[in-house]
Amino acid sequence: MAVKVRVPGPLRRLTSGESVVEVEGVTVSEALDALEAKYPGFRERIYDADGQLRQFVNIYKNDEDIRFGSGLATELGAGDDLSIVPAVAGG
Amino acid sequence: MSAVKSLICRECQSEYEIQATHVCDLCFGPLEVRYDHAELERKVSRESIEAGPNSLWRYRDLLPLDDGAEPVTLGEGMTPLVRAERLGAELGLSNLYLKNETMNPTNSFKDRVVSVAVSWARANGFDTMACASTGNLANSVAAYSARAGMRCFVFIPADLEASKVLTTSVFAPHVVAVEGNYDEVNRLCSELADSYHWAFANINVRPFYAEGSKTLTYETAEQLGWRLPDEIIIPIASGCQFVKHNKAIQEMIELELVDPGPYPRLSGAQALNCSPVATAFKEGAPVRPVKPNTIAKSLAIGNPSDGKYVINIATGTGGVVETVTEDEIVESIELLAATEGIFAETAGGVTVGVLRKLARAGRWKGDETVVAYVTGHGFKTIQVVPDLDRYKRTIKPSVRSFEEAFPDVG
Repeated sequence: MAVKVRVPGPLRRLTSGESVVEVEGVTVSEALDALEAKYPGFRERIYDADGQLRQFVNIYKNDEDIRFGSGLATELGAGDDLSIVPAVAGG
Repeated sequence: MSAVKSLICRECQSEYEIQATHVCDLCFGPLEVRYDHAELERKVSRESIEAGPNSLWRYRDLLPLDDGAEPVTLGEGMTPLVRAERLGAELGLSNLYLKNETMNPTNSFKDRVVSVAVSWARANGFDTMACASTGNLANSVAAYSARAGMRCFVFIPADLEASKVLTTSVFAPHVVAVEGNYDEVNRLCSELADSYHWAFANINVRPFYAEGSKTLTYETAEQLGWRLPDEIIIPIASGCQFVKHNKAIQEMIELELVDPGPYPRLSGAQALNCSPVATAFKEGAPVRPVKPNTIAKSLAIGNPSDGKYVINIATGTGGVVETVTEDEIVESIELLAATEGIFAETAGGVTVGVLRKLARAGRWKGDETVVAYVTGHGFKTIQVVPDLDRYKRTIKPSVRSFEEAFPDVG
């Protein structure tokens, strides 16, 4: 299943500046594995030492935070978008 | 020489040159401004601060603005620290104080962070300010951009209170109403910040912006006679300011600005209907995002970036993170207004509501110095206050009519 991944500014040097890249995967976890295979360096920035998503990394499938779905096991369909977004402060 | 040294990752300690960026390239952790402590010790004293202006810029040496750069100011900070005798009597607290942040130029504590962010952005060559906002930040960024002569884009959830939209629009910014909740607005702005060379107050210039929060706690200590309180009650949205109050306390102790004494307990306040930090605190679990559904829109952040740090600090100082219901928020707005003459917005209702709840649960003996941060003005959220017609009587323009309506009041 081909999905588009939106890459945040701090990680674009891994993708030679590309802000959107395409990878294959039927779950979020698989898509992130494919991303690592294509652009090495993603894994250590997105996952902590225990293999969990880092605290400050938010991943959205289309408009929904995957933590509201099945997390890394969230299923993907053709045409879905994934966004990787660092946490921000607010008010 | 400015004491500002670098940006440092709060998680992995990687160091970066001073620039408009907010996350660590290596681990996504938040970046903090780091100062040269020898330089701070050389420059900062009670006397140097007391000789400064009657605004938060009296703490300029502890803020990240180059020496030479002109601050963008509307006279923010140095808000009243009010001794709350009547509310204190109601709650059994003889040394209760309220830091009345409704007195800032756009009537919320956000003027502290925005004054610092806009000053830094202008000094560093930006011509456009932007922000994602639950309302108060939009008010403030729009006002300070006008003051600085900068272009301004504010991004707000489309369902934001009309009063907050109006009080932003009057400063003539571009107001972008996004069909989504605050967390979605924030996400959009994070993505835009990667493509537009603008200073997003709470995103790429966040390390500088967030430093402005510290001044609220510096002032509290200065106004108590250079003494720290026993406990501070702080509202929590992203948790960003909570963390900075702790940093301010550490700096004041290290620089010997305050008299020696016990470390203050820092306690957090959330609305029950958006309480990811309080839930994680009580369960001893990681912070999980929630979908906010509260009238306290200025605190309605379901995905709080600093939640983990808030829990560490509350636990480490002996504080707690507590919640109040929607009804308690409104009751507390009325209680604060009726006892102390301060009209707070919903965030103030959350803070005073938590103060009341903790007091009733017997948290204090009664003589401790407790300070609650009342962070925004009630005019911002008037629609949440219930029908107050019970206070009103309509009469004819005659003495007889008055005396019929109010017998025995003379």
